Amino acid sequence: MKAGSSIGEWVNERAPGLMPVYRKHMTEYYAPKNFNIWYYFGSLALLVLVNQIVTGIFLTMNYDPSASGAFDSVQYIMRDVEWGWLIRYMHSTGASLFFVVVYLHMFRGLLYGSYQKPRELVWLLGMTIFLVLMAEAFMGYVLPWGNMSFWGAKVIVSLFGTIPVIGKDLVEWIMGDYLPADATLNRFFALHVIALPLVLLLLVVLHLAALHEVGSNNPDGVDVKHGPKGNRWDPTKPADGIPFHPYYTVKDLVGVGLFLAIAAFIIFFQPTFGGWFLEHDNSIPANNLVTPLQIKPVWYFTAFYAIVRMIPSAFGTAVWGVLGMFGAILLLFLLPWIDAGKVKSIRYRGTGYKLALTLFVLAFFGLVLIGTDSTEELIPMLFGPSVDVTSVENIFGRIMVLIYFGYFVFLWLYTHLGWEKTKPVPERVTTHD
Amino acid sequence: MTKRYISFFVLALGLLLGTTAAMAEGPEMPDAGTNIRDTASLQRGAHIFFNYCVGCHSLKYLRYERIADDLGLTEDDVMSNLNFTGGKFGDPVISHMPEDDAQKFFGKAPPDLSLEVSAKGANWVFAYLNSFYLDPKSPIGWNNTVLPNAAMPFPLWELQGEQVPVFKQAKPGDDPEIESLKLLHAGKLTPAQYQQAARDVTNFLEYASEPAALQRRHVGIWVVLFLLGFTFLAYLLKKEYWKDVH
Repeated sequence: MKAGSSIGEWVNERAPGLMPVYRKHMTEYYAPKNFNIWYYFGSLALLVLVNQIVTGIFLTMNYDPSASGAFDSVQYIMRDVEWGWLIRYMHSTGASLFFVVVYLHMFRGLLYGSYQKPRELVWLLGMTIFLVLMAEAFMGYVLPWGNMSFWGAKVIVSLFGTIPVIGKDLVEWIMGDYLPADATLNRFFALHVIALPLVLLLLVVLHLAALHEVGSNNPDGVDVKHGPKGNRWDPTKPADGIPFHPYYTVKDLVGVGLFLAIAAFIIFFQPTFGGWFLEHDNSIPANNLVTPLQIKPVWYFTAFYAIVRMIPSAFGTAVWGVLGMFGAILLLFLLPWIDAGKVKSIRYRGTGYKLALTLFVLAFFGLVLIGTDSTEELIPMLFGPSVDVTSVENIFGRIMVLIYFGYFVFLWLYTHLGWEKTKPVPERVTTHD
Repeated sequence: MTKRYISFFVLALGLLLGTTAAMAEGPEMPDAGTNIRDTASLQRGAHIFFNYCVGCHSLKYLRYERIADDLGLTEDDVMSNLNFTGGKFGDPVISHMPEDDAQKFFGKAPPDLSLEVSAKGANWVFAYLNSFYLDPKSPIGWNNTVLPNAAMPFPLWELQGEQVPVFKQAKPGDDPEIESLKLLHAGKLTPAQYQQAARDVTNFLEYASEPAALQRRHVGIWVVLFLLGFTFLAYLLKKEYWKDVH
């Protein structure tokens, strides 16, 4: 105890700014006391990010980023490196769970209007994290240099080829060759292990800093900062706020434990997750002469990939699908300005909003199914074996694309034209436990 | 409120796991019934592999030493009963067949089988080993219903015997479709014994595609139990801290 406090004093004398920073973000950051299960996913995303960085460091110690050595080195890690299989499965499962957690975290934002004023900057930084994460995951997926890595890289990079005039040159510039090759693998490795993780870390710090400036939203969408003042710790702080540490650190610990138990179950018992987390075709080395039966990205990209596939070519170019895909992400960025709702939380919003959000989520799942080609099996199961799968898929998929984009159009009309009938929002946060 | 969220989550997770389980295996194939913890089956499978398959197919990611460790065999067992290629104990399993010759004989080099089960699934490999038939039209005399026009002759014919196709009634002008295969000449093994042999080879190849699978389930059960215990303690800690939040 004595030694501890004297070390503390020693540091404090030399860096008096450290403790105030700690207090501002931990013991004196007053978070609303009514967070529910949806509020676990932010801290879980941070946990997965740390997992990806730590396991990634160990993987790079044995991975060979060359077209001739990459595939073999992954098998070397799986078989000859002590606990190498565990490190790789933690990394590959972590990648998929990262997206599970981030998608749920984003959905929380939609449920409770966390993107609305004054948290637009928090949302923009979060969306930027999502975009960088997609690039990071895509490049990571190419590194094992299996056949799906190769063809996935070829298809995704060639999306840029649909851009008129510069497309073809752009594709060669990205890959450094005419096909995904050694040069591509080298640069994707560099970007995946150095460049993008640094950007991600910086963005996460900014995301949290921006959040702590304005304070956290909550399931009631009540701004505790503007509510009554005075709690047990500080008479000037929100009455409905509790210190992040220790209250939410111990609460998040429960979420962490449960999440890790689920993750461990996958890692140790279902590491490929039936081909969803690690695809069967990636057990075959990259081969530019053998095309896999179905080329499809990993599940977390498939909703956006399905948008590309469902939007038909027109006026002699296929660029519309690609524009649709980027548009689908851009619209999410713009949500704080599309939604002019007077009320944040879905608990007090109009029926139209509840209906629209439900349809939006269903459309997203529908697009995931199309993008993973699960529809190849689902459609004959539902409509009988004689049905024309492609045409049913096209009709179904285009309806899903219309609903996806329709959500934003509807939301703009609904809130800007004042059609929304909201319920009264309580003065203080409500608790249910 | 919390209860509703939790039941929603459990439901969503159940749905997800259900769909993924349903879609894990591709087109319906009979279940291979493999079990990599059945060491005797792995040993029998290894025997068949090293007597009939290694002539053409390598397992370049699997070392003899690893086989000995995982299958409960001694160095001597492996080196005198399984290793016919002259490799050292610490070497990977590399077939003797030169790639140029293979190219000449079959028109295609025989693939390495280290990851065959990871790539195709155990059921596929099991079905493939059961689906060879005599085909006079094929340059090698053999064909396969699971992988039509496979460039591979059937090395296990002396075990299974020789199968011939039974054709469906076809419209005039169409090629008749194969309805089933029937045994023309019996082999050394009865059909039931051959099924078991094919299952054993498949089991061995499943092991070869991921030797760590033996280890990970062993460790995994303790990790999951520890984490559940940890979660319970964390929950008690949370309750204690939150007693005074109303």
